[in-house]
Amino acid sequence: MLRYTINRILLMIPTLLGVAVLVFLLLRAMPGDIVELRFMMEGGQVSPETLAIERARLGLDKSLWWQFYDWMTGIFVGDFGTSMWTGRPVIDEIASRLQLSLQVAIMATILAVVIALPLGTISALYKDTWIDHLIRVFAIAGLAVPSFWLGMLIILGLLYSFNWIPPLTFVPIYVDPWHNLSQLIWPAMAVGYRYSAVATRMTRSTILEVLQEDYIRTARAKGVFERLVVSRHAMRNAMLPVVTVVGLEFAFLIGGLVVTEQVFNLNGLGKLFVETVTRADYTMVQALVMLVAAFFIFVNFVVDLLYAVLDPRIRYR
Amino acid sequence: MIRSKLVLIVTVALAFCWTAADAIAQTPKKGGILKFAVSAEPPDYDCHAATSFAFIHPVRPHYNTLLKFDEPNYPKVKGDLAQSWTVSPDGLTYTFKLKPNIKFHDGSPATSADVKATYERIANPAQGVRSIRKAAYSDIASIETPDPQTVIFKLKARNASMLTNFASPWDCIYSAAKLKEDPKFPEKNVLGTGPFKFVEHAAGSHWVGERFADYHEKGKPYLDGYRAIFITNTAARVNALQAGEVLVEFRGHSPADRDKLKAALGDKIVVQESPWICSLVVTFNTQKKPFDDVRVRRALSLAIDHWQGAEALSRIALVRSVGGILRPGYELAAKESELVKYPGYGKDVNAARAEAKKLLDQAGVKELKFKFLNRNIPMPYTPVGVFLIDHWRQIGVQVEHDQPETKAYIANLRGGNYDVGLDFNCDAVDDPNLQLAKYISASKSSINYGRYEDPKLDDLYNRQKGELDQKKRYALLREFEQHALTQAYSIPVIWWHRIIVYWKQMKGWYMSPSHYLNQDLQDVWLDQ
Repeated sequence: MLRYTINRILLMIPTLLGVAVLVFLLLRAMPGDIVELRFMMEGGQVSPETLAIERARLGLDKSLWWQFYDWMTGIFVGDFGTSMWTGRPVIDEIASRLQLSLQVAIMATILAVVIALPLGTISALYKDTWIDHLIRVFAIAGLAVPSFWLGMLIILGLLYSFNWIPPLTFVPIYVDPWHNLSQLIWPAMAVGYRYSAVATRMTRSTILEVLQEDYIRTARAKGVFERLVVSRHAMRNAMLPVVTVVGLEFAFLIGGLVVTEQVFNLNGLGKLFVETVTRADYTMVQALVMLVAAFFIFVNFVVDLLYAVLDPRIRYR
Repeated sequence: MIRSKLVLIVTVALAFCWTAADAIAQTPKKGGILKFAVSAEPPDYDCHAATSFAFIHPVRPHYNTLLKFDEPNYPKVKGDLAQSWTVSPDGLTYTFKLKPNIKFHDGSPATSADVKATYERIANPAQGVRSIRKAAYSDIASIETPDPQTVIFKLKARNASMLTNFASPWDCIYSAAKLKEDPKFPEKNVLGTGPFKFVEHAAGSHWVGERFADYHEKGKPYLDGYRAIFITNTAARVNALQAGEVLVEFRGHSPADRDKLKAALGDKIVVQESPWICSLVVTFNTQKKPFDDVRVRRALSLAIDHWQGAEALSRIALVRSVGGILRPGYELAAKESELVKYPGYGKDVNAARAEAKKLLDQAGVKELKFKFLNRNIPMPYTPVGVFLIDHWRQIGVQVEHDQPETKAYIANLRGGNYDVGLDFNCDAVDDPNLQLAKYISASKSSINYGRYEDPKLDDLYNRQKGELDQKKRYALLREFEQHALTQAYSIPVIWWHRIIVYWKQMKGWYMSPSHYLNQDLQDVWLDQ
């Protein structure tokens, strides 16, 4: 297990390197220039000399190899550089948004799991009854409704019912829990609903599959109470694909809530992602892609470890 | 038609007088925090390198400029740090007397040395310092400071726009001492003499300023502070305004958003509207065939019915007025009676389109097809693009609408990688030197995307720039406009229309034709 863990951690390095090369090259293949955009998007008359000075200041006059070398050598000493747009350290820009994105992801995940596990299980146990139909309608509606659209409905509902919208600026939960929750509970609900729908469908289908297994029949034949059959034997084995789905969804939420964050005016990583791509802020986009890639790799790794915990038959060597 | 226009003018005039009288009649109250929305965020803190309203709205209240616009009497200028000024009869010497007791937010006094250091930074920036508007001050020969209250600018050549330049909202006065320590100090620090001190900038979220107790205008500002909240999504901004989470957004709203807010909030809000110093301009790439042929350009210009377009588009987009190169309503702009005589601006569109077809025939261009480069910003670029394509179709021209994202749009426009494009001409102030810059030769203007050379336009530009007599300058501007529109390198299609919606309790703010002006907030107060 330890060897497996070390191997997986070591494998992360070439994967991240591949991501780094890919994102670096793809960004530079895109048309547009941060300097032109910055000075000319509102029609300013800027001399070619000023544009050249600014390009040199940002290191854009160097060859691609040098730019890549600068960036990579920085990463190895923990320096992700400064944003080409704001001039502030990339780490600071990300850190100020990561807290919000993480909190929304955690809240949405809790909400999704709390809804999905009982609903998915009940739906499977009462297959083809009105309860099952009702839960399936709830889940399919969740899959069909985009999170941002639900978010817009929530905002408009609050606005027209109470003449109130969630706070526009973020305050950490340890500073003002009420302000924090009254801002973030709504996007967490909007995102959590779709997320719970995915997990409910997955829970239902895997439990239905597991309930057909021989060991369930054996347990029932031995006279084990149905509740124990479900909770101890069926659910635990059914959780493997559910954990995968929950893990991937959680990783997606870090940086993936592009439109939902705009709807709720959340200062998170998704909004930052869009803004930096739009501005061709290479250093910021590179760092963000690396962060999200690292997050996906890490979550997959944790999910793999959880498999072994949930299913004692799985052993990693 | 004339009668309805008269009624409209009288109504607007009365509304303006009422607003102005109302503002004067009420005694400002002190206190309160003004919360307003900004749809973008400033990249850094240096006024001299900034070009966006996203910078002006949160940052301008921290600074003063030498002069500023007298908003109720725009485009008249008044002193900001300057108490008075004189211009020598030859127009080559400008002498400013500064107000007494001006202090920076760190308590240090502001003197003529700071003004000199500021303008030297703009006109002759040190290595590594970015000065975007350096060219506007290229006529300055020297700056003298005979005493701490007096600053004298001596010019190499006459410049009719010099006072307008000195009122530019971008020319924040910086501390000479700080600039001496580090010429890049303003990039990462905010230290001005303005009505509000800098408190906080939370990246991506908000900007906070608080009242400067030692402000040189006694009793001002009225507000305790302000909080600019960055809201990039239009619907979120409108919702925030409707919920009262912000009292105003100073850039502008679409007619649809204005109507939505009016329906929801009724008399709790005030709506002010004004022509905007921003025009959409059809630009032909004259280095590409057949747009190197003036007959083809003229034909495409004649196909556009500006007047019908203005009427139809103003209902759905933030555009309204038909104008030439200068903003309609500006004292140096062409009047309607002059405008209709320019090629492509006549009111008989059928005759114009018949002439357009003839011109295409003469040029030997049959079944013309081209790609029309437009910006992917829905308001107002998309509706105006659709309108143009429809009008060109009326003379048998097939057009493909191409709307890449902004950075690709700018790259294509600047790189000449387009056939015909919808360009824009937005400036902070009404000033022929600024607005005409798009139309002079490409070798002299970095924003001429038509890529042509026209010595006649360059000569007329230089002559109007140095002409201090307003009447003569007006005549030169008409000559410039007539020639530019006859050559049809670039055609102003329609001018923007600024709509500001704000909660009634915000007072002391005046509408101007520029979203870059009147943003120091020193006269704004809350009636609460």
